[in-house]
Amino acid sequence: MNFDAHAASGAIYGHDDSGRPHATLQGYLIGFGLSVVLTAIPFWLVISGVIAHRGATAVLILALAAVQIVVHMVYFLHMNARSESGWSMMALIFTIVLVVIALTGSLWIMFHLSANMMPDAATMRGMP
Amino acid sequence: MFNNSSALLKFLFGRFTLDQLPLHEPILVATFIMVATGGVAVFGAITYFRLWGYLWREWFTSIDHKRIGVMYMVLGVVMLLRGFADALMMRTQQAIAFGGSQGFLPAHHYDQVFTAHGVIMIFFVAMPFITGLINFVVPLQIGARDVSFPFLNNFSFWMTVGGAVIVMISLFVGEFARTGWLAYPPLSEYAYSPDVGVDYYIWGLQVAGLGTLLSGVNLVCTIVKLRAPGMTMMKMPIFTWTALCTNILIVAAFPILTVVLALLTLDRYIGTDFFTNDFGGNAMMYVNLIWIWGHPEVYILILPAFGVFSEVTSTFCGKRLFGYTSMVYATVVITILSYLVWLHHFFTMGSGASVNSFFGITTMIISIPTGAKMFNWLFTMYKGRIRFELPMMWTVAFMLTFVIGGMTGVLLAVPPADFVLHNSLFLVAHFHNVIIGGVLFGMFAGINYWFPKAFGFRLDPFWGKLSFWFWVVGFYLAFMPLYVLGLMGVTRRLRVFDIPSLQIWFVIAGIGALLIALGIACFLIQIGVSILKREELRDATGDPWNGRTLEWSTSSPPPAYNFAFTPVVHDNDAWWDMKQRGHDRPLTGFKPINMPANTGTGIILAGFCVAFAIGMIWYVWWLAVLSFIAALATAIGHTFNYKRDLDYPADEIARAETERSRLLEAQA
Amino acid sequence: MTTSTLAAPRYTAETRYTVETDDPVQPRGTVEAPAFYVLDEHAHGEGYSTMLGFWLYLMSDCLLFSGLFATYGVLGGNYAAGPSPRDLFDLPLVALNTTMLLLSSITYGFAMLAVQKDNIAWTQLWLAITAFFGLCFIGIELYEFSDFIREGATPQRSAFLSSFFTLVGTHGLHVTAGLIWMATLMAQVWRHGLIEANRRRLMCLSMFWHFLDVVWIGVFTFVYLMGTLR
Repeated sequence: MNFDAHAASGAIYGHDDSGRPHATLQGYLIGFGLSVVLTAIPFWLVISGVIAHRGATAVLILALAAVQIVVHMVYFLHMNARSESGWSMMALIFTIVLVVIALTGSLWIMFHLSANMMPDAATMRGMP
Repeated sequence: MFNNSSALLKFLFGRFTLDQLPLHEPILVATFIMVATGGVAVFGAITYFRLWGYLWREWFTSIDHKRIGVMYMVLGVVMLLRGFADALMMRTQQAIAFGGSQGFLPAHHYDQVFTAHGVIMIFFVAMPFITGLINFVVPLQIGARDVSFPFLNNFSFWMTVGGAVIVMISLFVGEFARTGWLAYPPLSEYAYSPDVGVDYYIWGLQVAGLGTLLSGVNLVCTIVKLRAPGMTMMKMPIFTWTALCTNILIVAAFPILTVVLALLTLDRYIGTDFFTNDFGGNAMMYVNLIWIWGHPEVYILILPAFGVFSEVTSTFCGKRLFGYTSMVYATVVITILSYLVWLHHFFTMGSGASVNSFFGITTMIISIPTGAKMFNWLFTMYKGRIRFELPMMWTVAFMLTFVIGGMTGVLLAVPPADFVLHNSLFLVAHFHNVIIGGVLFGMFAGINYWFPKAFGFRLDPFWGKLSFWFWVVGFYLAFMPLYVLGLMGVTRRLRVFDIPSLQIWFVIAGIGALLIALGIACFLIQIGVSILKREELRDATGDPWNGRTLEWSTSSPPPAYNFAFTPVVHDNDAWWDMKQRGHDRPLTGFKPINMPANTGTGIILAGFCVAFAIGMIWYVWWLAVLSFIAALATAIGHTFNYKRDLDYPADEIARAETERSRLLEAQA
Repeated sequence: MTTSTLAAPRYTAETRYTVETDDPVQPRGTVEAPAFYVLDEHAHGEGYSTMLGFWLYLMSDCLLFSGLFATYGVLGGNYAAGPSPRDLFDLPLVALNTTMLLLSSITYGFAMLAVQKDNIAWTQLWLAITAFFGLCFIGIELYEFSDFIREGATPQRSAFLSSFFTLVGTHGLHVTAGLIWMATLMAQVWRHGLIEANRRRLMCLSMFWHFLDVVWIGVFTFVYLMGTLR
């Protein structure tokens, strides 16, 4: 009544050499190149001020930052849905959701608190 | 270098001076004498019986999750005594401070008492209890030999102890915070609390919090990676599921606590302006951030208790848990939703209708999965053969008590109602209702349930039942009056009262507290009696309750390596499955088992962290710098040690298993 | 075997069981038991949990930074009649600093490629170059901070400055910790070579280092660029 542990764990976990993503020179160079571009553009946009509308610039640089973060995740951190049987990706998604909740929640709450509870702008102007 | 001797003293001792010792406060002097006498007695006994070597080798340096779990429980019990002493003092003060009487506690002392009570009960009683239970039980339940990072486990424990030590020192050297357990600014800012109290609070929590965070990472990893073959996620015991969700919450929430305490520290130490009244600071941001941590924290406390109740109900009703899948979903939903409700702790701070409505609705929604769990427990009991052993008694008490507390919670979730009841005794009654009725009853159920597994003999049922009844009756007497008082408008944390008609309620509450004190005493007696009667209460089979999960397949206590052969899981309630379908315990073919070795690095590192904290609290900068460097050097040095394991040889395992077979046959 | 008393079931190696059960799911009668034990165990090696554990720690660190970002988001506009981002931030210097960090990321990547090829010498060299870029980053940042402080823009001046210094400073402390770790690892590789344990540690440091670059993307976007745009 021998039990084949390997087969069982293989069937359930997938063979766990999978901790090691295989890095390649090409991957790093692509990631680096994209990052340089995705950094240069926002800096140029802000320093030169080509787009008159500040709000639009802000949205654009935030979007570029998000893209660059994904580039880092994929090319440098080798993020994929298979590593650690999907737990890495799940942990990342959960973290991102919580970060979004904490950030947007805080900003929303504090904006309302300030509006309702802080002295008005005239009183605050120039106040150290 | 030093102009005069006082400059030298200031360098050596920071802002500590002899008048920081409370020699003029009789209560503290008496307490110190008692504690010192008790401490000397304990230390003396250990020395006399030459147990230091044993304690160091077998317990303090142990990386065995079972030993660490037990040590957490011991810490929780010891700190329960301190936290409850604070409670008794508060109840007494509030019962007598009427008709012009100022009571026996002056204001600056009373404020420390209620602050310390909250801090100790949450961080040094409830958290160690749940961490201890999870540590002990989960690796056994999943068929593993230890947690993922055993050394880190040991370190986490000593950091928690370190935090407790820091808080306990504040009782006799200097003073504790007078701000309430969450230390809101501006009161906790340097301008309004320049003394050491808030600093003790901050550093005690930072030290303990680091331990908790690392423990969270450790246990999530353990549950994800180290399950026995065949144990898919949906075949895990329900306690393991709640442990997983709890530790996910810990990993996600505790960094926020670290940040907000760090920001307060910066405000206090170098004068930054995060939470000040001027220079652009915003004290409301502290409240916001600390409750982003604080709400997940209370779910961290309750989820393991829910897990205990699930295990206990199915075991003592002899039935598979009803609605396992919905229990899992409910737990996961609670985990996620716990991040969307935090503002209900400060509805009255002024964020307005839209914000308050959103969070009020989410708070009401989060009660639903808990309700689903309650129904699942009831359906498990239905048509089961219920055995009213102590764990089951605690469970039934929980079901009744927690539902009341939960309902008052939903009531408070309605913002307009909360505007009347916020920071009243109604709130105090609500959270004690759910924490005592939920968390503490769960811990007592868990302790009675798993004690035989840890020590090889059951806890004495007579003293346990006595303790139970004192606790339950005491709880209701102590807290139901507070609901009444809160509805009548009485604010929390008051020291003196003007309205004589309120006194009767406080007296009833005081009697309740005395009954609870008796309950605690009976609990301690229960442990003592059980040790004395251990042969009578012996659990020789490892399965005293006819359990359903894998921990009951081991001997009581289990060997260091837990399982001679890793079990294979085919179904939920794996051990029940094994018993039903017949299993052959292999008696030959043992292989050596590789386990991590003991280490003293954890306790030493934690010691340096405590020294650092003391240095920071008292502005003894040379101590802070030196201990920081020492801690860093120790940590780095530890990583140069690559050989940290040892092998249990096959014949030693064979001997243990043969002995176990002999015990099992003797029971037959 | 009963379900309602505390009597323990009896086990011996040889006995087959007739199982009577009240459990409505299980059938009555004698059942042939399947395998319940792993007899031929190949235990998980040391370090089986390390990658996931470190990743989870990084997620917690992410949340730590999110608390700091939230604080900066809320308090970052509170200049208290003091210096504002436009008065202070030297964007070209920040761009230079960002380049240092980005270069250090790619050189760490080259170090990992050397590890994959089992080349100790190149591993150490690339690690040293990474450390150099890291030190440049810290140096430039310290220069920037001291410049601000000299101009009176101290962390105590306003909530904006408090949150700026704390957020950027915490990132800098993490980079510093990474550099200490890097030096330690270089010593350990020098001592023991590219053994399994050291490879794991290099992988963890790799994750840490790249994660710090990810956080920096947030910092330069949210703090420096958005601050200038406000």
